[in-house]
Amino acid sequence: MSNAPAIVAAEGPIRRRPVALLELARKNRGVLVGLALVAVLFLVALLAPVISPHDPIATEPDNAYLPPLSPGHALGTDELGRDQISRILWGARISLPVAFVAVAVGLVAGGLIGLVSGYAGGLTDLLLMRVIDALLAFPALILAIALVAALGPSLRNAMIAIGIVAIPAYARLVRAVVLQLKPMEFVVATRSLGATPVRIVLRHLIPNLMNPVLVQVSLSAGFAILAEAVLSFLGLGAQPPTPDWGQMITTGRTFLPNDPWLAIIPGVAISITVYSFNLLGDSLRDALDPRLRR
Amino acid sequence: MAFSHLLELENVHTELSLAEGTLRAVDGVSLTIDAGETLGIVGESGSGKSMTALSIMRLLPRSGRIVEGSIRFKDRVLSDLSEDEMEAIRGTEMAMIFQDPMTSLNPVYRTGWQVGEPLRIHRHVRSGEAIATATDLFQQVGIPDARSRVRHFPHMLSGGMRQRAMIAMGLSMSPSLLIADEPTTALDVTIQAQILDLLRRLNREYGTATILITHNLGVVAGMCDRVIVMYAGRIVEQGRTEDVFSHPEHPYTWSLLRSIPRLDAEPHEPLTPIEGSPPDMVHLPAGCKFQPRCPFAVARCSREEPSLLQVRDQLARCWVTQAGTELNA
Amino acid sequence: MPEPLIEVRGLKTWFPVRSGVISRVTGHVRAVDGVDLTISQGETLGLVGESGCGKSTLGRSILRLVEPTAGEVYFRGKNILRLRRGGMRRIRREMAIIFQDPFASLDPRQTVGDILGEALDIHRLTSTRRRRAQRIAELLGLVGLSSDLAGRYPHEFSGGQRQRIGIARALAVEPLFIVCDEPISALDVSIQAQIINLLEHLQEQLHLTYLFIAHDLSVVKHISDRVAVMYVGKVVEVSPAGDLYRRPRHPYTGSLLSAIPIPDPRLERSRERIILKGDVASALDPPSGCRFRTRCFKAQPRCAESEPPLDTVNQGDHQAACYYPLA
Repeated sequence: MSNAPAIVAAEGPIRRRPVALLELARKNRGVLVGLALVAVLFLVALLAPVISPHDPIATEPDNAYLPPLSPGHALGTDELGRDQISRILWGARISLPVAFVAVAVGLVAGGLIGLVSGYAGGLTDLLLMRVIDALLAFPALILAIALVAALGPSLRNAMIAIGIVAIPAYARLVRAVVLQLKPMEFVVATRSLGATPVRIVLRHLIPNLMNPVLVQVSLSAGFAILAEAVLSFLGLGAQPPTPDWGQMITTGRTFLPNDPWLAIIPGVAISITVYSFNLLGDSLRDALDPRLRR
Repeated sequence: MAFSHLLELENVHTELSLAEGTLRAVDGVSLTIDAGETLGIVGESGSGKSMTALSIMRLLPRSGRIVEGSIRFKDRVLSDLSEDEMEAIRGTEMAMIFQDPMTSLNPVYRTGWQVGEPLRIHRHVRSGEAIATATDLFQQVGIPDARSRVRHFPHMLSGGMRQRAMIAMGLSMSPSLLIADEPTTALDVTIQAQILDLLRRLNREYGTATILITHNLGVVAGMCDRVIVMYAGRIVEQGRTEDVFSHPEHPYTWSLLRSIPRLDAEPHEPLTPIEGSPPDMVHLPAGCKFQPRCPFAVARCSREEPSLLQVRDQLARCWVTQAGTELNA
Repeated sequence: MPEPLIEVRGLKTWFPVRSGVISRVTGHVRAVDGVDLTISQGETLGLVGESGCGKSTLGRSILRLVEPTAGEVYFRGKNILRLRRGGMRRIRREMAIIFQDPFASLDPRQTVGDILGEALDIHRLTSTRRRRAQRIAELLGLVGLSSDLAGRYPHEFSGGQRQRIGIARALAVEPLFIVCDEPISALDVSIQAQIINLLEHLQEQLHLTYLFIAHDLSVVKHISDRVAVMYVGKVVEVSPAGDLYRRPRHPYTGSLLSAIPIPDPRLERSRERIILKGDVASALDPPSGCRFRTRCFKAQPRCAESEPPLDTVNQGDHQAACYYPLA
């Protein structure tokens, strides 16, 4: 029959789905470097017990205040003679899990609020967003400090506080993307097939939220590490003798005039870590931005 | 040497470098247009019709480059001009209207101020005077209530009115060449009719040469003296509009005329579609670029690419119709 | 006369316009403002109008993808606007929609197989994985795509091929009725005929009923049995296709027809054209009486006073809402 459709095959080689993390890293140098730095940090945290030359909390009063590059103590020792490099390496075991948990709290709670708010709309949306606005009215760090002060100083409470502070960013982001996706024809098409809201959220909205959320995860991980350091610096997070970077700066501060490296070295560790996450986040944002692609 | 045509393109090649590779967006285009004439350029998206226009205006995107050929406008070779000299020509002697009237006006300036901008830039007219001229222009292009419309911001105007404002801006320096790139594609049919009517009137009254770029064959039929049909960056057919429409000599033109829905067809009259997909510009087929979709292709078509030669009253790039001409001769 | 499959009565879909801090409703966009239509089993009703006239909203309201404000929509004699969630889900098996933009209508994160399989999963139409894969291959075959493409992602396809996938998705539920919402306006000209012919072919093969929405009367002519013309939320003329094109009665239809360029230079230059003044009226605050009167070349004082009902001109199947119709 003349008007029977001809069989059409797609031209060109099979291309895999566009957004896999490694694929992006191959194409974008920023993503590659960021990803490598973050991977190294995780390795350090994981292997700290193996690669540390000394016990991070063992004191050696005879060897106190050794400067960096001393024999046996590459980054010197602190006022109690504890090996600095070991404390820095072990410190990653505090910072990264704290960041991880805080981001998880922010992501799950904020994401849920954003999804519900964006999908339901109406009064629900109005109320949830006013709560988020209230959270946003406080400077993030001050809010975290206030929360820990109320909950009582401890590493666990610091994680929760930082997580709560991260909620608004996720809620707003997820809501914005959901609002953008909801009227799109592929979502309407799925509704026309009789799909339930749960199905639309799980099968269509969440997969399409992954990219922007991934960017936000990297950026807020950087913030969480910084916030944890600040809380510990103020004595609201990790307690001595835990080898924690923020806490190390607090102690080091006393000796700034004579032995500045005691504060500088953990400061550098924090900077590198925060930088790695921010670099990853920024590069991911650029690499995933559809306006910059094609 | 005195110039013979208002605009003359000779063997122009324009390349675009994209992530997927370099592609010839315009491949050996030669054309001329004279004062008072309306030339239509027809083609689908990616056929190179817009890139031809941007090459003439030297407004190519960063990834684009004219790699070969010459463009002569009046007595000047445009590629020899500096960017400053080119800027002096753009807006004064040649103007361009774009497809999307929503994005081609800056939302933060009042429309009258923007339409008067070429006058302020090129003739150093004071703003009050420029806005007075803009009001006149608004009246000429049929924007009702021109006096208050010049004070409006673009978002306060409808799509059709914005396109009129763009045309007013294009005309503000009375250019000798107007390039309209899909000027009505984003508009409704009744508004399209208004805009086409306006362009026709302006062409008649001021003798402005117009290049009308469109994918709509009906628009060309009603507007243009001559027409160029483009496919895969090349001119595949060129001639007087009546000749090309009454006896197309390139299978692409022929198929296109049979495949489009027409108002003068009978209800339920079946269409004859063009099989396959528009060409992948990065991986073009060997030989004639239309040959994979062509109902008349012969063996030679996939080996050698035909050149643009005289076939009956027009030029066509097709082995089959060219062979027919030879037989008749 | 064949059985009506769809009957729309007094359908209104208004969208509230909110403003201010507490989002007070300050007005309504009357996208669909009192529409009556019937669509018979097996026919194609073309629905034509300019952007913003409410044709798309009407199509979506009939499918209840947009919740109408008032009126009735009967599908096989049952008012679906009264149905609750479960009943509506069952009805969704019998109605489908094809969209304009083949780039926005497919989830970029799903393979073609997932996209087509979703409808099968929702309504549990296939019992085994093998049967599911078979059905997906079958659907791809129906729209002229080869079945080994099921594992690919939408971005690997051209516009025309994506539109075929969109059509296959609509067919997955084996519907009786499909709303085609400008299915070819976003496609390259050389591809449009392929899709029109495919839709006609499928209609014949699967006994489908279409509501074919377009902004262009020439496109509708090739596929419609009857045509309805909409202006600012209202149907102003409805007629068998041939009759409407031969002898339009509403001045708006007449001007729409005269505005469409015909690809024939001699014909095109000799045509008499009605150039309308002004822009489409606002659905937020439509003119009193006949909504077209602000642009109409035949308007009289009476047109501002009262709104002409659709059967003002009534010649059997051909109706027009105009006091001073074209001859």
